[in-house]
Parts: sequence; C-alpha cells; structure tokens
Amino acid sequence: MITQLQHLGQWTLKRFERLGRSHLFLLRVSSGSWGVLARPGLVIQQIFAVGVLSLPIILVAGLFVGMVLALQLYNTMVDFGAEQSLGPVVALSLVRELGPVVTALLFAGRAGSALAAEIGLMKATEQLSSMEMMAVDPLRRIVAPRLVGGLLSLPLLAALFSAVGISGGFFVATGLLGVDSNAYWSQMQANVDLFDDIANGVIKSVVFGMVVTWIAVFEGYDAAPTSEGVARATTRTVVNSSLAVLGLDFILTALMFGDNE
Amino acid sequence: MRQSRAIEIWVGIFVALGFLALLMLAMKVSNITGYVDNKGYEISAAFENIGGLTVRAPVRIAGVRIGRVSGIRYDSDTFQAIVSMRIDARYNRLPLDSSASIFTDGLLGENYVGLEPGGDEESLKEGDRIEITQSALVLEKLIGQFLFSRSQESDQ
Repeated sequence: MITQLQHLGQWTLKRFERLGRSHLFLLRVSSGSWGVLARPGLVIQQIFAVGVLSLPIILVAGLFVGMVLALQLYNTMVDFGAEQSLGPVVALSLVRELGPVVTALLFAGRAGSALAAEIGLMKATEQLSSMEMMAVDPLRRIVAPRLVGGLLSLPLLAALFSAVGISGGFFVATGLLGVDSNAYWSQMQANVDLFDDIANGVIKSVVFGMVVTWIAVFEGYDAAPTSEGVARATTRTVVNSSLAVLGLDFILTALMFGDNE
Repeated sequence: MRQSRAIEIWVGIFVALGFLALLMLAMKVSNITGYVDNKGYEISAAFENIGGLTVRAPVRIAGVRIGRVSGIRYDSDTFQAIVSMRIDARYNRLPLDSSASIFTDGLLGENYVGLEPGGDEESLKEGDRIEITQSALVLEKLIGQFLFSRSQESDQ
C-alpha cells in the first residue's frame, strides 16, 4: 500500500518536474532568441522547413474543409430559407475556429513531429554535445531559430487556410448550390468584424504556433538519447500538442467570444 | 549558395502569400470599409421598443445603407430606448423632419433602422434628434392581437 502511494507520488513529482523543466527551457530559449535577429538566415531556413513545406497539406485541407462546410451547412440552412447566411457562417467558423485549430493540428503532425525527431536524433547522435564542446550554444543555434520559425509560420498558414476555405466555400455555394454570389460576400462583410473576429483568430494562431513549437522542441531536446527515446518524443509531441491546442482553444474562445455584448 | 537562394525565394513567396491571405480576410471578408469612413455625423432617435436591434446594425434609407447604429441606451426618465446612429458624411442632406422606424430584414433577418425622408428644407446635423419614430414590430404582440381579434369575431 505504501509502495503504491510512493509510486503515485513519484509519478506526480516526475510530471511536475518535467513541466517545470519545460518552462525553464522556454525561458532560456526565449532569452537567447534575440540572438537569431543577428542571423536571420537560420530562421529563414526553418520557415522553409516548417512553413513552406507545410503549404500543400494546409491549402488542400483548407479548400476541402471550406467546401464541405458550405455543402453541409447549406442542407440545413435551406430548410429555413437562410441560405443567404451561408457566407457569414462559413467565414466565421473558419476565421474564428477551424482556421487556427485545424492548422495547428496539421502543423503538429506535419512540422512538430519532424522538429522533435530532428532535435532528438541530434541529441542521440551527440551532435548537440559536440556543439557544446565547440562552445556553440545549441539552444541558440538549433532551438531558438526553430521556435521563432514556427511562431512566424503558423499564423500565416492559418490565414491561408481560412482564405482558401472561404474561397472553396464560395465556389461550392455559387457554382454547385446556386447561392447568389453577391449575397455570399456582402452578408459576410456585414457580419465579420475585423477586430472581434479576424484579429482574435490571428491571436489564437500565434498562441498555437508558440505552444506547438515549444512542445516539439522541448520533447526533442528532452528525449532519451536512443532510437526508442526519439520515437517516444515524436509521439508525445503530436499527442501533447494536439491536446494543448484543443484545451487552449476552449479557454481562448471563452475569453474572446464568451461575453459577447 | 544556390540551395539557400532557392530557399529564400520560397520563403519569400510563402510570406507574401500569407500576408495576401490576411489582407484578403481583412478587405474582402470583414467590414473594414465600415472603419475607413469613420467620419460622419451622429444623430439619435427615441423608440418605445427596439425589438432585437443591436449595435452596428445598418441604418438604411430607401434600402441603401447610409450608416450604422453606434450606441443603444435606456432613458429611465422617459422609459424609452435612445438609439444613436452614425451617418456617413456624404449623406448630409437628410431633411430635419425625417422619421425613423425599426424593420426586420426578411422574416428571420437582422433588425435595422429605416429612415423615411420628410419635406423640411433644413438638414439633420450632428447631435440632432429624430422626433417621429415607430417601434419595432414584436412578433409575439402581433400574434397576440391576431388571436384576440379572432376570438372576438367568433364570439359575435
């Protein structure tokens, strides 16, 4: 019985220790990340790796999410004669929720796992410790550019996702379903607010970009230096960052849109 | 070197695309045009009942949007709702004796303020109050009246 309790205590303490370590890690990385301004080449390379290479999946996913959204909503709304409101509903759900969240989930799977595996493998093959031997701080040289790159890429990807989704919804609504194209755009403009909706969506995607890349680089940096450890770190990155995105999304939504008027 | 140049070009394209998407969201999707011509003048009107009117609802004359509802407050002395409206500066020739009513856009649409021009030579200016107003039609009240008149008919 006592041993069971001890195991429970050990497990809890380990969790908290890891949480604390991840925050200290973030603090150290972000205090070193001003140095990347002096070497923008490193960040550009990371934006290419996590941003540009994620473009195909984000664009295709955005297009289809927008088209399916329009198709599904139309079926319900036409019963109420409210198909004119298709534009604002598609735009609001994309800009406020689906754009940031789905992009962050895809980003965690596409880029976060790659980041964790890359850094974990660097650790397993002792590239990180040999950097330290050469008096190069791996936090500044390896981790900080990746964090900044992810932070900058995700909002842009989310904006592209929403824009492509809204256009996809437009093509389905006007081409397939016969909604008036003027009504689609003008109703949208009347109901979507620049600050309340679009700026809040951008804030969401910045937060998600921060959290997903942070979890990815920490899991990689903290991985056990074996092939098994790298595999575990990759899995944990995807699971933890997806959960973090979904949980944070609820909190952010409650804060931003909870007290409307 | 060649490799890094290609990467930089791709990143440039990506960033440009991203900002273009943000710009499209701002210009085409949202109501940024409502913020641009923020000039204009504010008039107000007192209503007995505003129904479901909300702030930022359109103000229309002859069906054309000429401004937005900028604020709604309750006057506890007259027991009326005071609706202030910001009218775009280019529509500066509304007769002083215009009347305001609250309509619903379609059966389920949003409420808006409709203005009917009067015949006065003078125009409404900043801070003026529209005197002739008509409240929103509350559907429940209408149904109540209808049922009441029907039951009276059947009594006779």
